Amino acid sequence: MKPGKILALAVATLGLAICLAPVIWLFSTSLKPFEEILKTPTSFLPKHPRPQNFTDFFSSFTFWRSFANSCIVAALTVVGTLASAIPAGYAFARLKAKGSGLVFGLLIASLMLPGQVTIIPVFRLFASLGMIDTFYPLVLPAWLGTNAFAIFLMRQFFLGIPEEMLEAARLDGASEGRILARVAVPLAKPAIATVAIFAFLGSWNDLWGPLIYLNKESSMTLMVSLMNFVGGSGTAQGTPWNLVMAGVVVTVLPAFILFGIFQKTFVAGISTTGLK
Amino acid sequence: MKKSQVRWCWAMILPVVIGLAIFTYGPMFASLLLSFTNDDAVNTPSYVGMANYKYLLTADPSFWVSVKVTGVFAAASVSLGLVASLSVALILNQDIPFRGIFRTLYYFPTILPATASGVLWAFIFQPQDGLLNGLLRKVGVGHPPAWTDSPQWALPALIIMSIWGFGGAMVVFLAGLQNTDKSLQEAASLDGATSWKKFWVITWPAITPLVFFNLTMSLIGSLKAFDQAFAFGTSGPGVGGPARATLFYVLNLYEKAFGHFHMGLAAAMAWILFAAIAALTGVNFALSKRWVKGSGI
Repeated sequence: MKPGKILALAVATLGLAICLAPVIWLFSTSLKPFEEILKTPTSFLPKHPRPQNFTDFFSSFTFWRSFANSCIVAALTVVGTLASAIPAGYAFARLKAKGSGLVFGLLIASLMLPGQVTIIPVFRLFASLGMIDTFYPLVLPAWLGTNAFAIFLMRQFFLGIPEEMLEAARLDGASEGRILARVAVPLAKPAIATVAIFAFLGSWNDLWGPLIYLNKESSMTLMVSLMNFVGGSGTAQGTPWNLVMAGVVVTVLPAFILFGIFQKTFVAGISTTGLK
Repeated sequence: MKKSQVRWCWAMILPVVIGLAIFTYGPMFASLLLSFTNDDAVNTPSYVGMANYKYLLTADPSFWVSVKVTGVFAAASVSLGLVASLSVALILNQDIPFRGIFRTLYYFPTILPATASGVLWAFIFQPQDGLLNGLLRKVGVGHPPAWTDSPQWALPALIIMSIWGFGGAMVVFLAGLQNTDKSLQEAASLDGATSWKKFWVITWPAITPLVFFNLTMSLIGSLKAFDQAFAFGTSGPGVGGPARATLFYVLNLYEKAFGHFHMGLAAAMAWILFAAIAALTGVNFALSKRWVKGSGI
């Protein structure tokens, strides 16, 4: 190897160590007993790993309830996003009726609008419908095609399907709904997986929405409960950071697992959106 | 197009039409109207003219504080983030071993939810037990900054934390760098051009559209920052940070709307934010004609 390359490799390794240190620190702290955290200087890795931090965290508030709430909200969001984005993406790509182009333009323009602009009237709407402390405000928008990115991605994919395949099905007398279900969707599995992953993470990771709409402990999602736990967990000896970090590990786990399985989808998704 | 296809088309996009009306364009105009009222989420709002805007710009004690916090944060985190992501992309673009693994692992921190990284970094920046000050003391810094507890250092801490998420922009740069013309680089090397010169003459013009893309996206993202600042404050000094040093614009808006139920005032704040984002993006596009080569995005 040339000296230039060795230098590049060294710099890349050093940079990576700095980047990953916080993640290792997160896992390490989640396994430390409380006494080890108070010790200065504290050791980087736990001397006596304590997996009970996790069970302590689970039992310190209504964890399982919040966990189930997050799962329900995320599942309903994913299904709703797919149910609205797949047909809409197909229609925008292949069935351009007069006026549908305008709808698509309005949809893409909505990406420019910060969510803060619409939140207050939308909040008042849900409040007047008695939907505060229910999951409707978090889930309903997904069913009504508010995920413009998902629709755009599905449309881009459906644009790439050869017209002959659709035309052949039409000559057989299939309706557009049938063509979508039998021809287009089976071909679109990779795009559908991408949309599902990002919709799941978007919902699971969301703090803003649940913070605004969910106030009762029994209706909270994991992210809001984690915030409450962090804010209220301080004791005379200080914050039990080992339990807090155990909580963070639990909340980031779905993202880690999905990334482990679908890392190519993540990285490819990012680089293609950038090059569009 | 056949009649049945037209009908199918509208059936398939009907949810989107309803969604855009109920959740996007309807509320957009409603919030503009609300911004001219004294709406408090309880009583019937009444028209107050420009009073909300005037109050924010001239009398509100926290408006300009949060504008300054957000402005400093955006300027620093966008510029430092771009430098970090481009530098790492340039290093990984060389033919070094394990390049794919490096790329994946550098991208990895960006998948953490902003809330989780806010809590994690609040702990790393703890003045006493934190990882960073532990390291700083080890290398001989006697009195490291108090980060989360210090009005001067809380915002820099959040900026450092935001740079950590440079992996997304890096992946975009790397994809672009790998599309640039390799033969041009080799020809320049044969002519004895330095790496520095090769970068500015060959590489930079080829990637300016990507620089522009990353600049625009990260600028908009940083002006809307909320989750990480909320989590950071909650885990440490309280929401808004010590002496309100991390009172981000959207955090301020959130407090006004859902802490004090000053809905009209918060709607006005939202429209000022929207106008600022639109104006900055417009300026960005106008300036881009001078330095972005090729068709742009």
